[in-house]
Amino acid sequence: MINTATNHGFRKALSACVSVFTLVCACLVIAPLGLVFLHLLRMGASSLNVDFFTHLPTPSGEPGGGMANAIVGTLTLLGLACAFGVPAGVLGGVYLAEFGSPRINWSIRFLCDILNGVPSIIWGIVINGLIVIPMKGFSAYAGGLALGCLMIPLVMRTTEEVLILVPHGYREAALALGIARWKTTVHIVMKAAARGIITGILLALARVAGETAPLLFTALGNNFWNNDLSQPIAALPLQIYTYAKSASEDWHRQAWAGALVLVAFIFTLNISVRFLTRGKPVRV
Amino acid sequence: MSTAVMPAGEKAAAAALRMKPPSRMGDWIFSGFTFLMAFTAVVLICVVGWQLWSGARASIQTFGFHFLVSTDWDPVNDSYGALPFIYGTLVSSLLAMVIAVPLSVATAIYLTELAPLWLRQPVISLIEMLAAIPSVILGLWGIFVMVPWLRVSAFPVLRHYLGWCPLFHGVIYGSCMLAGGTIIAIMIIPIITSVSREILVSVPNLQREAAYALGATRWEVTRIAVLSYAKRGIFGAVTLGLGRALGETMAVTMVSGNKAQIAASLFQPGYTLASVIASEFREASDLQQASLFEIGLVLFVVTILVNLIAQVILKTFAGATVKQ
Repeated sequence: MINTATNHGFRKALSACVSVFTLVCACLVIAPLGLVFLHLLRMGASSLNVDFFTHLPTPSGEPGGGMANAIVGTLTLLGLACAFGVPAGVLGGVYLAEFGSPRINWSIRFLCDILNGVPSIIWGIVINGLIVIPMKGFSAYAGGLALGCLMIPLVMRTTEEVLILVPHGYREAALALGIARWKTTVHIVMKAAARGIITGILLALARVAGETAPLLFTALGNNFWNNDLSQPIAALPLQIYTYAKSASEDWHRQAWAGALVLVAFIFTLNISVRFLTRGKPVRV
Repeated sequence: MSTAVMPAGEKAAAAALRMKPPSRMGDWIFSGFTFLMAFTAVVLICVVGWQLWSGARASIQTFGFHFLVSTDWDPVNDSYGALPFIYGTLVSSLLAMVIAVPLSVATAIYLTELAPLWLRQPVISLIEMLAAIPSVILGLWGIFVMVPWLRVSAFPVLRHYLGWCPLFHGVIYGSCMLAGGTIIAIMIIPIITSVSREILVSVPNLQREAAYALGATRWEVTRIAVLSYAKRGIFGAVTLGLGRALGETMAVTMVSGNKAQIAASLFQPGYTLASVIASEFREASDLQQASLFEIGLVLFVVTILVNLIAQVILKTFAGATVKQ
């Protein structure tokens, strides 16, 4: 040590500087969120009206119109995604938590985490190659399947985590009564964890609701109502993307309105998750 | 002992013993079925790999290894090479890491070591909200708010002070590599921050107390006791962020200009692997489509490798129970 007194002062000053620096960094991290929200609210709220929820998109250049079909389309796609993704995700999670050997479980868990990292655009072209090209057409089914594939690893991991938290006594008590293992799993363990499983599904839905890339070459988008799931279907993120790229002022406004609705929907899902898990930190 | 004098309890027990054990059939069917469902994770990875491979076969046969080093992207003459896109992906991800890593790690440190307790949970929730914003909406904001601001205010300042460096030299386009890197940074900050935060939280308090007992200041405690303990885990978090950065699609497509070129200046438009698929796949056919599948294959292999490294680091990090 050179000079303890000044050295100590320097060390304290350095510590204070670093504290301030990390605070500034935290503010910079939060800043984009504030800015995005500000613009979403300002631009979105001013372009949002009843027509937006009830009318079809107008042809380019014509003012007015709305995204009613895209809103319904997004909900349809999410429904299809659940139909494809939830059974595989939840039952896969049951296997990981209740059956299976540590080694197999470890590798499946690992694969799930890897799958979560696969870029969503890859799912778009893979489902295009698997479904759209052989069926000779874009369809709502293909879009739902692409989103469902994204949901599977997410749901599987959360289901597993929730089931593991169910106390062992529950299972032992049921087995001691002579109840078959599968009935124990379905009626006792899964029932006890139902809230957590639903939470996981909602989180996965919130995650895929805003996905655009997997839908580009599967659901394609549609300017009209879709009555047939084997036909292309509109979706909010797709519509926002198309309108954002266009040159029309009116469409830009519509894109902001669509973005506001989409973000509101996703945050509602996230907040309902908070509501579901409130006061039950164990069951997350 | 004769059955006549047997007490009621023992009688019931004997009756239970004579009962047939419940059938195991249901268990076998149920566990077999759930196994099949869990196995979809394996199937999905294989299907994705196989589909990309079979889609790309025509391109692989035509161009071979040359595909990865050729700068041609010429649909008119049916000649394709992926180098501009590989370059674009690497540069934009690298820029994103340069911006995001210091910010995220510093924020994670602030949240675990310095921030007042009442402030921590709200800030964590805000960062989670940032993570929940869809890519396409950040792209929309990028086009109409961020890019104009960068072009008018930020880039001229950068060029003024750093113009001597070829990276910040030349004509300023609004939609460029630097804008793409910035938007990717915004998108990967939440994941790096939250994973590093969990790593830092998992550092035992004994570490900190020992350093405090030696008279260390707050920053010294963080540096000596916390960061040196957690650096492997933080490296894992950063690698995970890199994996996300490489595959980011919509927002980058919307703000980075989409021009297949290799330019020194970051103010020039760029094109990433994911972007070229997003903007050209729909109209492509035959060899171009095969080339786009091959680009997808390259992207898939690279992101799988990066994620593999990240997961191995995070899973072997001592004492960490990190959730993503």
